[in-house]
Amino acid sequence: MRPFTYTRATDVTSAIRLLSQNPNARFLAGGTNLLDLMKEDVERPSTLIDISELGLTDIKSIASGTNKDGVTLGGLGKNTDAANHPLIRQHYPLLTQAILAGASGQLRNMATNGGNLLQRTRCPYFYEVAMPCNKREPGTGCGAKDGINRMHAIFGWSDQCVAVYPSDMAVALAALDAVIIVRNAGGQERRIPILDFHRLPDNQPEKDTNLVHGELITAIELPQNRFADKSYYLKVRDRASYAFALVSVAAALETEGNTIKQARIAMGGVAHKPWRALKAETMLVGKEATEANFKQAADAVMAEAKPLAHNAFKVELGNRSIVLALQMAMKGGKI
Amino acid sequence: MDEHESPELTEDEKRLFADLMPEDLNEILDTGVNRRHFLKLMTLAGGGILAAQSAVAEQLLTRPSNAPSPTELAPVSLDNAVNVSFKVNGTARKLTVDSRMTLLDALRERLDLTGSKKGCDHGQCGACTVMVNGHRVLSCLTLTASCEGKTVQTIEGLAQNDKLHPMQEAFLKHDGFQCGFCTPGQICSAVAMLDEAKKGQVSYVTENVRQTTGPAKLSNEEIRERMSGNICRCGAYPNIVAAIQEVYNGKPVEQIFRSV
Ligand SMILES: Cc1cc2nc3c(=O)[nH]c(=O)nc-3n(C[C@H](O)[C@H](O)[C@H](O)COP(=O)(O)OP(=O)(O)OC[C@H]3O[C@@H](n4cnc5c(N)ncnc54)[C@H](O)[C@@H]3O)c2cc1C
Ligand code: SF4
Ligand code: FES
Ligand code: FES
Repeated sequence: MRPFTYTRATDVTSAIRLLSQNPNARFLAGGTNLLDLMKEDVERPSTLIDISELGLTDIKSIASGTNKDGVTLGGLGKNTDAANHPLIRQHYPLLTQAILAGASGQLRNMATNGGNLLQRTRCPYFYEVAMPCNKREPGTGCGAKDGINRMHAIFGWSDQCVAVYPSDMAVALAALDAVIIVRNAGGQERRIPILDFHRLPDNQPEKDTNLVHGELITAIELPQNRFADKSYYLKVRDRASYAFALVSVAAALETEGNTIKQARIAMGGVAHKPWRALKAETMLVGKEATEANFKQAADAVMAEAKPLAHNAFKVELGNRSIVLALQMAMKGGKI
Repeated sequence: MDEHESPELTEDEKRLFADLMPEDLNEILDTGVNRRHFLKLMTLAGGGILAAQSAVAEQLLTRPSNAPSPTELAPVSLDNAVNVSFKVNGTARKLTVDSRMTLLDALRERLDLTGSKKGCDHGQCGACTVMVNGHRVLSCLTLTASCEGKTVQTIEGLAQNDKLHPMQEAFLKHDGFQCGFCTPGQICSAVAMLDEAKKGQVSYVTENVRQTTGPAKLSNEEIRERMSGNICRCGAYPNIVAAIQEVYNGKPVEQIFRSV
């Protein structure tokens, strides 16, 4: 690890000021991604601003405003606490399942909600500094595009980068229409819908998100919905547990009898951001919740896939995973 | 090499220095003071990182160098020193550490608590698991600097005087280890995990996460999922699960492993 100065932030305002003054500074939350990347020499910050003691950990019902009756999660709360909070378990079990599908008990005790959203790709070429990688060092090329790209994207990639975004939590947040609340050095707040938070690679793969340097994620808002009875997070991976997704699906349905009133499908492990299948969702509205209709929706999603040399298997896998996740959602998400 | 010697830089070194640490170049040309630090950096970096960045570095590193070997280096100076006061296994400790020092390294190298093991050093194996403020975490991804005012418990703090913690007893009884390398992390993780279950925390394999009353029930499948962050290369898993079940249920579980 390269030398850096360590600062413990004592309040939100000064933490944000410190960060915005120094382009080479980074916030340190749980550190589970940042320290790992620093040890690999991928991240080389000159200063770490430890934000872990700033509070911003509450989980509570939203008292007023347009999202009234939703829930807000503190940006610095731990993943374990978010997954286990009674409000989340009761009203957003999809989020609980997604968080618990990721990492391990120890890591979730450290990882924060804001840090989770900002974790970087696990593309092995990105991690290995001797390899070319446009995300790590713009202009050096992409080692994965014509390399070993079994774990990589099938949607939304560009010639510049084919990496997938690894967070499980974010996939559930995408299905739940979460809003990310950030604060900048001027003290202003910005509300970013989760689907606008992460970017596709285009020709700037080094930019993972639309966050501006200096902004702090203070909270995540979950609008009220009627999906709690029928939702499921399915994660398919190389090992039964403790591995990143090959493909994951966050599925949620609202039904009247067996007729679908609303549907949500978001996928992980397939693109540079959580991949929301808006068209397929619309297709399902008004239809019966049958396997045939689920299959039709899955076909529609996967018809747009553009697999690489080593990940064509993700097309069939994704197709079946969508059907299975929707069926599991119909069973109330119980395994 | 003499401790106090600060010889001139070669032309190659000057160029490399200008390339990598431009802000320090003048100081080193004037006084030579940073030369040792610079050479140490190069040795520690193993060459690969620097070489990948600079053609000059590559030339430098592929010809015989007169850089001192790591053992010859001056005692490591503390870069960006941070003071930390925290409680480790019930005892108050004060350390001044390099900002980069992880909790794992501080425990092992500064406090002589070598129970916690360094397996992967990247959060992937769980050998370094300790409890901070009562929660199991990975000490290899925790900066010591961030532990100010916190309480840390390691495997060394579990036994009370001569009496082993029940989880330690159970691991012994059930042969929950072969080489023993992962064992301290497994035991710390298991102790904390039972506490999490008692508080009603759920896991990815919990049948119904919406049911929010009472402690979690731990099937073998639940234990396996909750312990999945602890990797055992010897494959002692069935015995580890048996040991944990015994402590969880508070009554003897039949030993799987018998030397009949
Ligand atoms: C072995 C291993 C396995 C894993 N498996 C999975 C998995 O299966 N699924 C999964 O989803 N994740 C997985 N993870 C990733 C883990 O979930 C993330 O590392 C974690 O969520 C990051 O949170 P953190 O608080 O530790 O972030 P940090 O590492 O502290 O920070 C990450 C980044 O976010 C920035 N940041 C942090 N908080 C804020 C904030 N509030 N505002 C602005 N910027 C901020 C930091 O500056 C840094 O750049 C795994 C990690 C490891 C090490
Ligand atoms: S896929 Fe993206 S992250 Fe991976 S090597 Fe290519 S540019 Fe880098
Ligand atoms: S050494 Fe910390 S998890 Fe492997
Ligand atoms: S006992 Fe050898 S690694 Fe677990």
